[in-house]
Parts: sequence; structure tokens; C-alpha cells
Amino acid sequence: MSSPILRLAGLHKSFGALVATDNVTLDLSPGECHALIGPNGAGKTTLIHQISGVLKPDAGRIFFAEQDVTDAAPHERAQLGMARSFQITSIIPGFTVLENVALAAQARSGSSFRFFGRAKAETALNDAAIQALTIVGLEARRDTVAGSLSHGEKRSLELAIALAMAPKALILDEPMAGMGREESARLITTLRELKSRVPILLVEHDMEAVFALADRVSVLVYGRVIASGAPEEIRADPEVRSAYLGEDAA
Amino acid sequence: MKDALEQATSGGGKVSRDWGAIAPAVLVFALLALGPLAAEAYGGAYLTSLLMRMMLLAIAAISLDLLIGQGGMVSFGHAAFIGLGAYVAGIMITEGAADLAMILPMAIVASTVFAVVTGAISLRTSGVYFIMITLAFGQMLFFTASSLSAYGGDDGLTLWERSTVFGFDLLSSNVTLYYLILVTLIGAYALVGALVGSRFGRVLRAAKENPTRVEALGFSVFSYRLTAYVIAGVMAGVAGVLMANQAEFVSPSTLAWQRSGELIIMVVLGGMGLRNGALLGAVALVALEETLSSITHDWRLIFGPLLVLTVLYAKTGLAGVADAWVARLWRRA
Amino acid sequence: MSTTLLLIQLLNGLQLGVLLFLIAAGLTLVFGVMGFINLAHGVQYMVGAYLAVAFYGVTEHFLAAMVLALLAALAIGLALEFLVFRRLYHRDHLDQVLATFGVILFLNQAAKTIFGPTPLILPTPEWLDGSFLLVEGLLYPWYRIAVIVAGLAVAALLYVLVRHTKVGMLVRAGAANPQMVSALGVDIERLFMIVFGFGAMLAGFAGVLAAPIFSVEPGMGDDLLIVAFVVIIIGGIGSIKGAFIAALLVGLVDTLGRTLATDAMKLFFDVSSANQIGPALASMLIYILMAAVLFFRPTGLFPAKGMA
Repeated sequence: MSSPILRLAGLHKSFGALVATDNVTLDLSPGECHALIGPNGAGKTTLIHQISGVLKPDAGRIFFAEQDVTDAAPHERAQLGMARSFQITSIIPGFTVLENVALAAQARSGSSFRFFGRAKAETALNDAAIQALTIVGLEARRDTVAGSLSHGEKRSLELAIALAMAPKALILDEPMAGMGREESARLITTLRELKSRVPILLVEHDMEAVFALADRVSVLVYGRVIASGAPEEIRADPEVRSAYLGEDAA
Repeated sequence: MKDALEQATSGGGKVSRDWGAIAPAVLVFALLALGPLAAEAYGGAYLTSLLMRMMLLAIAAISLDLLIGQGGMVSFGHAAFIGLGAYVAGIMITEGAADLAMILPMAIVASTVFAVVTGAISLRTSGVYFIMITLAFGQMLFFTASSLSAYGGDDGLTLWERSTVFGFDLLSSNVTLYYLILVTLIGAYALVGALVGSRFGRVLRAAKENPTRVEALGFSVFSYRLTAYVIAGVMAGVAGVLMANQAEFVSPSTLAWQRSGELIIMVVLGGMGLRNGALLGAVALVALEETLSSITHDWRLIFGPLLVLTVLYAKTGLAGVADAWVARLWRRA
Repeated sequence: MSTTLLLIQLLNGLQLGVLLFLIAAGLTLVFGVMGFINLAHGVQYMVGAYLAVAFYGVTEHFLAAMVLALLAALAIGLALEFLVFRRLYHRDHLDQVLATFGVILFLNQAAKTIFGPTPLILPTPEWLDGSFLLVEGLLYPWYRIAVIVAGLAVAALLYVLVRHTKVGMLVRAGAANPQMVSALGVDIERLFMIVFGFGAMLAGFAGVLAAPIFSVEPGMGDDLLIVAFVVIIIGGIGSIKGAFIAALLVGLVDTLGRTLATDAMKLFFDVSSANQIGPALASMLIYILMAAVLFFRPTGLFPAKGMA
């Protein structure tokens, strides 16, 4: 068993009286997809923000790639290889699809404090970008202005951006949100192929996707992890059923 | 139409498209290069000094567009850097250190220091707060200049000589100074053009649209913005050094907030973020002011409403219009 | 420095603060409710002063001139709103800065063309002419006291209006959350017009009050406008309370700074350096104050809006 790439140890975060993250300990190992589920208001977004560095936990530590990153800024975590997608699509709308992804590739290849030389003419960046676009099936749209893509295509672009960062781990915040059936099915296939290469921490509402992809599932309720285990165990867990799946399955 | 599309996507078309992008600027530079000749024939010294002032403001406007058009940082204190450069030149010339080889490095250091300090504080804010805090820093420098009683205070400082260049008295001739300014302008235009297309420029442009995303990719948006702020400040500072030499006079009005406003007008009038925008904006604004003030003493009665109408009804700026013309020409050719 | 001089400077600072508040109040409401940066707000102040001079020429009566000037300032403000500004509410800040800059150029020049470039003066009304013994050996003009009182009275009136009337409630809601107010089905255009006209009138009122103290000249509003912006930034955009506190703060800091800075510098430098640095530092003081406030609180002291 290789050591985990991402490890949360006893994270705690509260806003006034509201405890949003309550002693959360979980990890993500190479080769796996670890899904984080929970009803609305369970504190999933707060947790993602702490992992990516937007929020600082009140207590507990975060380790990424064997380093303590608890106090690191978002861009420093990204430099270590943590790539995230956003719950609300976050792309550069005025750039072409290719340039969006090339920018991500640029982040992982040498300094960007280069003031001369046309970035658009850097073949290495463009090749890396096209490779990522091919994986998500957006290669044909490379010259389209990103802002004019359909919603589903934007979600795919976001994944391509994350991939082009050559990440050590992907943190995906509801990648299926707002997607049509067909589109999510395609995305599930893509992610399933991907997870052997890049471990994925997946926050998702779409239960079908979670059970199709996840090797491990953790259930977050009121900021606490109430259960963690293989998908079948979670499905069978009575506490989870009453707290969460009960209302969803109905 | 179909031919034009094919041409535009083929290899040969790419070259002509690149030329098309800078064609308006090349035309302006070519005309400016003829300036001293035209002055000989018609306007005399007045035309030369008008064109020099135009070019110097264009350098400052081009540097400001790096902030506004590319970086989304609306600085309302950019004239401070012109003033900083101008005062460094003015004070050093007065104190007998008149050589450009000493003045330029000093002005660059001063602009860099001022940009790093004020930029680092200003960039903590955004939106209208950024506009106002850059204005505040500009005002601080304005009042500092006003209080330099040893160097003219409110009344300004008259320079009795121009800078030497490595000991040679080259700039006392208006023609040499003119071409030095023109070369600097072309350099500034080329520099910003290169920056925009570079890796650095790509990050800067992306951060204008979506800073959170750029941060999540692993870039420190703050560092890129601050670097751009310093580059733009130094460019304006260099323009200031030349401006002091051209006018042979430095006064606090060089860095009044109205001057910063004028630079913003140039950038927006010309077309924000467009390759030729700030250049055309500066040329047009100076030419317009000159024409109107030659018609009537009360030219602002016309210029004010004109500005309002431009903002209300002209959306793309002059460079947008120029680009459309160039595109039509290529299509016909 | 003597206590009497300090007392006088305190009163002068208060008077400047009150005038600043009258200008800043309209500015902050217009900005808070409509998201509109109005650089031309400063010329409303100039317009008020010129109108007072003009109407005084006709009526030779201070109060009559003031009332007429206020009504005319209101009319000019509404006309500008109708002709230009309402087309700018939905534009970005840059467009607003430019277009209102154009309005400044026009009105400043118009003032110069109509009234000439030489400064004019409005005589102090007779019943406020003269001074009273502030403390032993020091006279302070009645008119300046009247300015402070009038300013504070308007501040109190404004407080009541904003706190306890329906329009005031809408204004507060609008400053905190503009989308919500329009979602409630309020006639937002009319609300904007009321707020705008009111703001213009307050700035005009400041101009009338200032006319007997400062010289009335083209461009007299420009520098004051910048200071008023400093006030609303320090106070937090959209907050009347913030504008009031910041206006008094800025007025006092600026006035006391000009008296004290040189003396303070003498503690650190020799006399001639202090005489150099002191006045420069005094002029910069309010900008330093603003930069410091923004450094620690990037949205001002009393931000009206949530984090948006």
C-alpha cells in the first residue's frame, strides 16, 4: 500500500456557533477515486475550500505530497500538483479553448515570468493542451472562444484544464452539476479511465456517478464523517441510509 | 468573403494578419517620422514640440493600457510616474548631474521603488477602491512636488539646459530629441506588444477575467499584477524624464490628477486592450485638443460634451474602428 | 502651540468636516445605491456657490439667494441626471469616470465663460456678520459657527430621513443589496432620481455655505471632490454614518495637520527641514490616512455592502 497523496488530520472549522467541519480525517491514495457525499449544508464546500487553501482550518493539519500544506496559499498548493475544478464553472471566457488549457500547461512547465517570446507559439504547451483536450473529447473545439461553449462543454474544458496541470491529485467539486444524462455518462467513462493515473477526490450529488466511480465513499453530515468505506458498505450502512440515502432514494 | 477566411487561416494569411494588426501603428510612426520635415515647411518649432508632447503622452498611455486593458487595474494615479521621472530629471539637471546615463537609471530606480511600495498596498484592494487608492498615492506625490520649495514648489522648476548623453550635448537640438522620443515610443509599443503575447502577458490577461481560476492553476496573481504595475510605472517614468527635457520645465501640474484622468481618456478613447488603442487614443486626443483650442478659447465647452457622447455612443474605441478598416482593406486586396 | 489656537483649529476642522459631509453624503448615496461614480459631483458644489452669487446679485438678500440657488441646483442636477447620468448607471466604472469627467470640463469652462476667471465673493449676511469672544483675547466669526450648526442640522435631518422614512429604507436596502430592491418591484428609476437630486442639492448647499468663506471660482469643486472621495472611501461606500464620521475625521486631520505638522517635524529635524517637510506632510496626511485605512480594512470603516 503506497502512502496517501492527500491526508486530512483532525480538521476543524467553525463560523461562529456553526461547526462546519468537525474533526474530519480522511485520505486519498494513488490509484483510487474517493467520493465525498453528504446532504446540502453538510460542509462539503467548506471542506473543499480548506483543502484548496481558500479557507484556513481552525485546527488540524493538511498534508499533500508528503508536505504539510496547512498554511500554504492556493497557488502554492497548485504548484505542488493539486488541481481542482470548481462547483461553478471557472474558465477564462475570453480565451480560446486551447489557450485555456495551454495556460494550465504553462503553470506546470517552467517560469511564467517570461516577458518575450509568443506563448501561443510554444509547441510544448500546445501539445500538452491538445492531449488533455483529446482525453475529455473537446479537441475539435480548440479554436472556439471558451465563453461560447455549451454548459456541458465548459465542464469538460474545466476537467481538461485540471488535467493539463499534470496533477498529482484531482479535487473535483460536483463535476456533473447541470450536465445532461448523456454528457454525464461520457464524463463517467472518462473519469474511470483517468483514476488509475491520477487519484480523484470527488464531491458529487449524482449518486449514480458516485457508485459507478468511487472505490471508497465517505459520508459527511453536519461537518462530521459519519461513515467511510467501500460503496457497498456505505449503501448498506443504516446510519447513512437514514441520514442521507433515505431521502435520496425515496 | 470565403477567400478571406481561407487566407486568414492559411499560413500566408497569418503573416498578412500580423501586419494588419500593427498597420495603423506603422502608419502613425511613419507620419511622425516626417514630423520635423513638416515643421520645417509649416508649423515651425511649435509643431515639433506639439508632436513631442503627443508622443510622450502616448508612451505613458501605452504603459497605462498594460494595466487597464491587459491587467484590469484601473489606475487613477499614473501621472505620478511621469511626474516622478520628470522631477528626477529636473532635480538632477539643476544639481549638475545632467547626463542621461545617470538620470535614466535613477528615474528607473525611483519609479520601481514607488511602484513596488504603492502597488503592493493598492493591490490589496480592487474595483473602485483600487481606483481611489491609486489616486491617493498620486495626490501624495503631487503635494510632495508642490512642497519642494528648493525646486520651485507650486510654481515649478525651469531647466536652463537639457540632459547630455554620455557627455555629448545631443539633445539641445530639437530634432535629435524628437527622434529619441520617437524611438522610445516605438520601443514602448513593441515592448507592450511583446509582453501581451508572452507567457507573462497570458497570465496577466487571464487574471483580468478570472483571478480565482488563475490562482488555482498555481500562479500568484498578486505577483504578476505587481510586476505589470512596476513595468508600467517605469515606462511612464522614462517618459517623464524625456518630458522634462522637452519642456525644459517641471511643475506639479505634470502629475495632477487631471493628467491621470487624461491618460485614462486616451486609453479608453483609443480602445482598451487593443494593440493600437492607447497610441491612437493619445494621438487623437492631443490633436483634438489642439484643433479645438485653435478654434475657440472656450474649447472645453465642445470637448466636454464630445467626451460624454463618445463614451455613450462609441463602443469599440478608435483602434476598433481602425482594425475594421484594415480588415476591409485586406479583404479587398 | 497655545490652547486657543488649537481651539480655533478644532472649529475650523469641524467646519471643513461639515462641508465635506454635505458633499460626501450625496456622493456615497449615489455610489452606494446606483453603483455610479460621479466625478461631476464636485461641480454641483461649484454650481451652488455661483448660483448663490448670481441670485444675491438680483435679490441682495442672502436667504432668498440661498433658497433660489438650492432650487436651481436641484434643477440642474436633475437635468444632468436626465440628459446624461441615467444612461451610465449600467455602464462600468471606467465609462462613468470618463463621461462625468467630460461634464466637469464642460461646467468648469461654462462657469469661466459666464462669470469670468476672476474669483468672486459672496458677502456674509449682515445678521451673521461679526464675531464673538471665543475665549479671552480671541474672536471667532459667527458665520463659521452658523456653517457648523447648519451642517450638523442637515446631518441630523438626513439621519432621520434615512432611518425613518420609506424612501430612506429603500435607500439603505439599495446600498446593501441593489438587486433585491429592484426585485421588490420598486420604481428604481424614480428612486435614483430622488437620491440623485437630493445629493446634488446637498452639494449645492455646501457650495452656498462655502461661498462667503472661500473664493468662488471655476474648478473650486475639483480638489474638494477628490477629498470627498477620500471621505467616502474611508467611511465605507454607501454608508451615511461612515461618511459623517470620516468627514469630520478628515476635516480635523487636515486642519490640525496643517497647524501641527511643522511643529511636530521640528521634534525630529532641524528647523529648515521641518519647514520643508511639514507642509508637504500636512497636505498628504488625509491620503496617508486613507491608504492606512484601506490597508487594514480594504472596504472602509463601515462597509454598507456585504462581501460582493
